[in-house]
Amino acid sequence: MRGTDFVLKRVFFAVATVFVAITVNFVLFRTVPGDAVSALRCRQCTPQFKAYERRTLGLDQSKLKQYWLYVDSLFHGDMGRSLRTQETVWSALWSPLKNTMPMVALGTLFSIVLGVATGVISAWRRNTFVDKAGLWTGLAFYAMPPQWLGLMIVLFVAGAIGLPTSGIETPTLGILGDPSTWTIVMDRLKHMVLPASALGLVLYGDYTLIVRSAMLETLGEDYVLTARAKGLSNWATVWKHGLRNAMLPVITLVALSLGFIIGGAITIEYVFSYPGIGLEIVEAIDQRDWPIVQGAFLLLALSVIFFNLVADLLYYKLDPRVTE
Amino acid sequence: MTALEGPVEAAVEELPRRPGVVRRLLESPVFTSRQSLVGLVILTFFVLMALTAPLFIHGDVQAKVGPVFARPSGSHWLGTDGGGADMMKLLVMGARVSLLVGFASAAVSVLIGGTVGIVSGFFGGKVDIVLMRLTDYVLVLPDIPLMIVVAALFGRSLTNIIVIIGVIYWTSTARLLRAQVKSVRERVYVQRARALGAGNTRLIFRHVLPQVTPLLVANTVLFVAYAIFAETFIAFLGLGDPSLVSWGRLIQNAFTDDAILNNAWWAIVPPGVAVVIVVVACTMVGQAMEDAFNPRLRSGHLSTRRFRLRPVPIREPR
Repeated sequence: MRGTDFVLKRVFFAVATVFVAITVNFVLFRTVPGDAVSALRCRQCTPQFKAYERRTLGLDQSKLKQYWLYVDSLFHGDMGRSLRTQETVWSALWSPLKNTMPMVALGTLFSIVLGVATGVISAWRRNTFVDKAGLWTGLAFYAMPPQWLGLMIVLFVAGAIGLPTSGIETPTLGILGDPSTWTIVMDRLKHMVLPASALGLVLYGDYTLIVRSAMLETLGEDYVLTARAKGLSNWATVWKHGLRNAMLPVITLVALSLGFIIGGAITIEYVFSYPGIGLEIVEAIDQRDWPIVQGAFLLLALSVIFFNLVADLLYYKLDPRVTE
Repeated sequence: MTALEGPVEAAVEELPRRPGVVRRLLESPVFTSRQSLVGLVILTFFVLMALTAPLFIHGDVQAKVGPVFARPSGSHWLGTDGGGADMMKLLVMGARVSLLVGFASAAVSVLIGGTVGIVSGFFGGKVDIVLMRLTDYVLVLPDIPLMIVVAALFGRSLTNIIVIIGVIYWTSTARLLRAQVKSVRERVYVQRARALGAGNTRLIFRHVLPQVTPLLVANTVLFVAYAIFAETFIAFLGLGDPSLVSWGRLIQNAFTDDAILNNAWWAIVPPGVAVVIVVVACTMVGQAMEDAFNPRLRSGHLSTRRFRLRPVPIREPR
């Protein structure tokens, strides 16, 4: 299989998966006991209002027609409206999404750096005390529910280092005149540190175990022996010849753990009242605002599919043997 | 002919006999490696605790027996929670639900994944292509958000939650089993049985299944850990069965009852620690089993949090 074929295949697979995600989304929300509207809980939800909603949502049409309407409106960028606020789903989700992305990125980056560093050191110094300590710490963090780790951080760490444990900005920030951009950014960063490190620590456990075993295997390869025989320093052998090759499976695994990253982000945002997409989902579920939940799930699924595609292509770029 | 019978029989008896299943299991790393033994002891302890709990604990564990968030003391070893219930009793009874969800969901997921994997690997061809395509699609969908959404829509009862977790986590088992079955199918003894006229059903149940059973068991143990983990997510978002106490539910209770503001560490720390201990124990046992039974998985990096074979790059089925 040639390179272009491979790329095309992966892109086709990603597009097909998007359709699967859309269909799953449609089927799930149409098979709810009752329908999307009858479960609604809000003050203005009178029977008349519900009947009106049913008509506007097209719930009185046949299932096939409904599916077609759903796909069609999605392609026009319309994900429906929130049942609570009548806001469009897209505008209701866009600002939480903007808050979530830097937090998740920071947490993931933190976990990758920490996981790779400790994993490599563990493999390099295998069967020593350092390795054992690293392994068990990694395993312990790997086994912690993210929300619990978040609570632990709030309980034991936050007070000691004086970082905010809830929200995304200090409410009193604007009282003494307009704050400078720098102040706002720093304030947001401060609010991001704890949730991001909770997410990062949970993921780090996973990555350090994976990097360690990938490194152990790579360090046993002949080319590492060659590198050593050439007289390269330990540093060059481990980081340049070992790690670069061990990173290949790690890329795939990071992409595959995206579902978990997002799941962790949902509960962690809830713990830290961080107004991101996770908190939005929790609140929408609480009030049975299905269009928001549906839209949020679709967005999350699309981003996971997208990053999986990126990982596939990146893998191909780094190791063209994939196509063989 | 008759003259030959004696010596031949003797020669057959002199051949070293293949040790039985129990013997092989006892000599495998599952029972010989210290790591896996420790894990087994811990798991057995928790399972026994969960099974025998009703003998020691009577009445409603969620009933108020003392002041709200009372410190640990002689009468309440782990203090009380936000509703004044005894934490120690809640923790022990919570183990019942958490472990039940763990084992039952793992069984469901292995049943589905195992069936798909065996059918796909054994029959090959179009069936294989269709099933593996399906698996690949489900594999890419973000599992935990999907679980949360499905639980929000259909959840609220123990059975539903067990089924939801099981139904969403079957993909990695399917891939693992398919790879294994594909190789078992080609072995000479299976071909020979086929030539002797054995039907597909007989081949699968008598010749293929026994070969992959250890792997299935290892997979189940690993999934117990993952299902317990998943239950904490569902319970934390308030989507669990409202009448039952589980470890996930206890973490949620601590959060919603503001245990942090009351500085009641005893209400937050224990359920999480219990989850960590059981998850680590399952992982240790499961990995030891997998190492022992699956030669393909010698290289550990092929497994991830969900311990599946590396699904990317996806190769064309031959």
